[in-house]
Amino acid sequence: MKRFALAGNPNCGKTTLFNSLTGSTAHVGNWPGVTVDKRDGVYKKCAEPISIVDLPGIYSLSPYTPEEVIARNYVLDEKPDCVINIVDATNLERNLYLTTQLLEIDVPMVVALNMIDAVEKVGDKIDEKALENKLGVPVVKISALKEKGLKELMDKAYNESRKKRVGVTVLKDSPLAHVIGDVKIALEGQNVANPLFHAVKLVENDEIEVKMHKETVGMVSAFKKTFNDDIFGNDFEAMVADARYKYISKNFAPVVTHKNKEKFKTSASDKADKILTHKVWGIPIFLVVLFLIFHLTFSENLFLLNGFGDGWMPSLSDNEAFLEKDDDGNVVYEDNLDYYMTEDGDYLTVGSEGVTDNGNGTYSIEGEDGEFVADDEGRLGSRVPVLNYGGRWLATIYDGTIYSPGVVVNNIWNDMIVGEIAGRIQEAVDGSEMSDWAKGLINNGIIDGITSVLSFLPPILVLFLFFSILEDSGYMARIAFILDRMFRKFGLSGRAFLPMIMGFGCSVPAMINTRTLADEKERTATVRVIPFFSCGAKLPILTAVAGALVIGTGISADLITYSMYLLGIITAIVSVLLMRSTSLKGETPPFIMELPAYHAPQFKNLMAHLWDKTKHFVKKAFTIILASTIVIWFLTHFDFQWHILADEKINESILAKISMLVQPIFTPVGFGSQLGEYGWVFVLAAVSGLIAKENVISTFGTLAACLIANPAVAAEIGLANITSEAGIGAVKAMILATGISVPGLLAFIAFNMTTIPCFAAVGTAKAELQDKKRYKWTLLFWVATSYIVSAMVYTIGSWWWTAFIWAAVVAAVAVVIVMRNKKLAAKQNVLA
Amino acid sequence: MEKTLNLFEVGEHGTVKSVTGEGKIKRRLFDMGITPGADVLMRKKAPLGDPIEITIRGYELTLRKTEAVCVNMEVNK
Repeated sequence: MKRFALAGNPNCGKTTLFNSLTGSTAHVGNWPGVTVDKRDGVYKKCAEPISIVDLPGIYSLSPYTPEEVIARNYVLDEKPDCVINIVDATNLERNLYLTTQLLEIDVPMVVALNMIDAVEKVGDKIDEKALENKLGVPVVKISALKEKGLKELMDKAYNESRKKRVGVTVLKDSPLAHVIGDVKIALEGQNVANPLFHAVKLVENDEIEVKMHKETVGMVSAFKKTFNDDIFGNDFEAMVADARYKYISKNFAPVVTHKNKEKFKTSASDKADKILTHKVWGIPIFLVVLFLIFHLTFSENLFLLNGFGDGWMPSLSDNEAFLEKDDDGNVVYEDNLDYYMTEDGDYLTVGSEGVTDNGNGTYSIEGEDGEFVADDEGRLGSRVPVLNYGGRWLATIYDGTIYSPGVVVNNIWNDMIVGEIAGRIQEAVDGSEMSDWAKGLINNGIIDGITSVLSFLPPILVLFLFFSILEDSGYMARIAFILDRMFRKFGLSGRAFLPMIMGFGCSVPAMINTRTLADEKERTATVRVIPFFSCGAKLPILTAVAGALVIGTGISADLITYSMYLLGIITAIVSVLLMRSTSLKGETPPFIMELPAYHAPQFKNLMAHLWDKTKHFVKKAFTIILASTIVIWFLTHFDFQWHILADEKINESILAKISMLVQPIFTPVGFGSQLGEYGWVFVLAAVSGLIAKENVISTFGTLAACLIANPAVAAEIGLANITSEAGIGAVKAMILATGISVPGLLAFIAFNMTTIPCFAAVGTAKAELQDKKRYKWTLLFWVATSYIVSAMVYTIGSWWWTAFIWAAVVAAVAVVIVMRNKKLAAKQNVLA
Repeated sequence: MEKTLNLFEVGEHGTVKSVTGEGKIKRRLFDMGITPGADVLMRKKAPLGDPIEITIRGYELTLRKTEAVCVNMEVNK
């Protein structure tokens, strides 16, 4: 099969063209450096199927960052049948700089003038025939996004691929032509492929070339001694770059006819930029944008109408119109009881003081509004009226408070779709003739586990949508621009912020994206802190625990979620600072980056992103998470003698015994020995998260179902009213069963957010760090960070005065590091 | 008048005279189109005054003042 490679500058639309040609949905964004590895697909609309290879964007064939090396090596070593050089027609001069280098390679080539629609829209014209004559290779106008001109492009490329092409150079008129020619002849004598290309690079003194062709270097140096240019002296690198650009300005630039003759025009993009990167407002606007993204995704109090306290707006159950009624017109109440608890933590029963029997099966409690009902054992609980179908739909948007769009989508998905379907399946299983253990495995193991994970698809998608909009619009690159100054204080460049923000989606692509960072130490530090930018899979832990805490304590779920994200970011900043001043010391890497023009996000693109994410998530839920759930169910239902255990004997199971063994290790971080006999469930959940972070909640789902299903345990700890929907119920069950404290729970979230990430992310880190020792230190770093951070959360939350001790420790560490660095600097000065 | 690019005021424009500096950074500046003869407009400074954003060869480029020091410019009136 023929292979065509897509080469061009970063952000010129290579991946968009790749997607259009092959029908793929590879990730596209409006910032330079989205694609960092080559990928291939197949184009089928030609005479024969053609393999299309998408390469990372490069500005030049003298590579600067790791991903640029990939592109250069592919074109040179893998010998594609044709190179399709994509040129951003709105930015012709700089894009053609790479073209002049590609022309020097002996490979068939076609130039695709992309984004021609944007050029024509402002009234400019490009004479592609004139350009074609000057370049000597076919030029085709295309719009990769609107899929225009693609057929013509591929047909021309196919034609070219059947011919041979010998490299030509635009340097033929420069004073260097002579030496280039000599070196080329020498290289031809050594049978080197692409002699012209290598000759030019050798004259340029390209690092890689000099190492490759040691024997020819002498020839270049000899020539250099005899040569002296008026402007550049002996700087051949500068001379070559200058000659290329001079040639481009003289010969290629005239093919464009500009409607607006001004040299520096103001476009709509510039106007947007004036506000978004404003000297004073730039940073506040960024913070507001970030807050809005999280607020629109998570908030149960969209317009902050309820302040941060109790709601004053009526709830739906106050209005009879939304309540389910039986045939006689009486309101239907749910069987589940929300038990009434006194301040001492006791249940009120029928006979307690202050309780009066109303006669109609309901009771009143002195000093409390409303009516109460009793269960079989006489314990009193409030009655929960059942909403009718219309009321349930309305409740997805409003119930005493107005929900944010993210929460609305979440409610519809969980209450009206997933919960409904899972409930029906579980009912059917319960009614079937299966044996009890099979019912348990299916209902409590598999279905509860999977639905507790699937229920988190909506917030993940909504959050992802917002970040895709940021990326697509061109704002992302500006964020790097705004924040560079701040990042420099931590020893990073603003560019490092882009992979970090990608980490909010998934750590794996984020870690791979660090290839766009030129500095090795900066890369290592960035890879290490990416997991602290809480990814989509960690979101379920956050929302489930926060949701459960609201019910128990009344602390706003929004507040918990935001502060946990913030905790992750702060941890990242502090650890980068620490690493850059100790083990990864080095100069702040340079920051030279193109800022793309703003454009409205493409609907097609956004949907492709979301669809990709959904596929990935659902696939994961039904493969790795399903498998883990089943394994965990079995290991919690068998003992070491392989006897099947009833639900109430879960504490005798294999996993329980093992988890209990390691439980004490977690005592300082709040979920160890102090939690008593069921405390091991938190340990098990955290460990299962090492496979995939979604496992934490699915494990809760499986274990909670166990506790609830068992009347003996349930009665003992008061779990009868807990359903396992949406993971929140599961966490609530865990809280009641173990008596874990609020700081302990917060520490549990903190631990999961900062500890070793999932399998996939660990594997990626290993591959990207490329050094065994550095990788081992990274693992240790994650373990240590999570332990320290969660211990800090737990101790300060439990005993506020420990904050002073922590502050003293932090100050002491800082002083030691600063002193040590000063000493080292002084030593180096002496040596110098 | 000649001065280095980092000293430009917002809105000022000029022509590149020469590029100094070390290996990789200089190489990158060349590749991005900052070569003698190129026209540059200082478009804006980031909050806190650094990095800067310039227009060169019809596109926007951001770089730090420490890198802009390497670019010697002739100011255009």
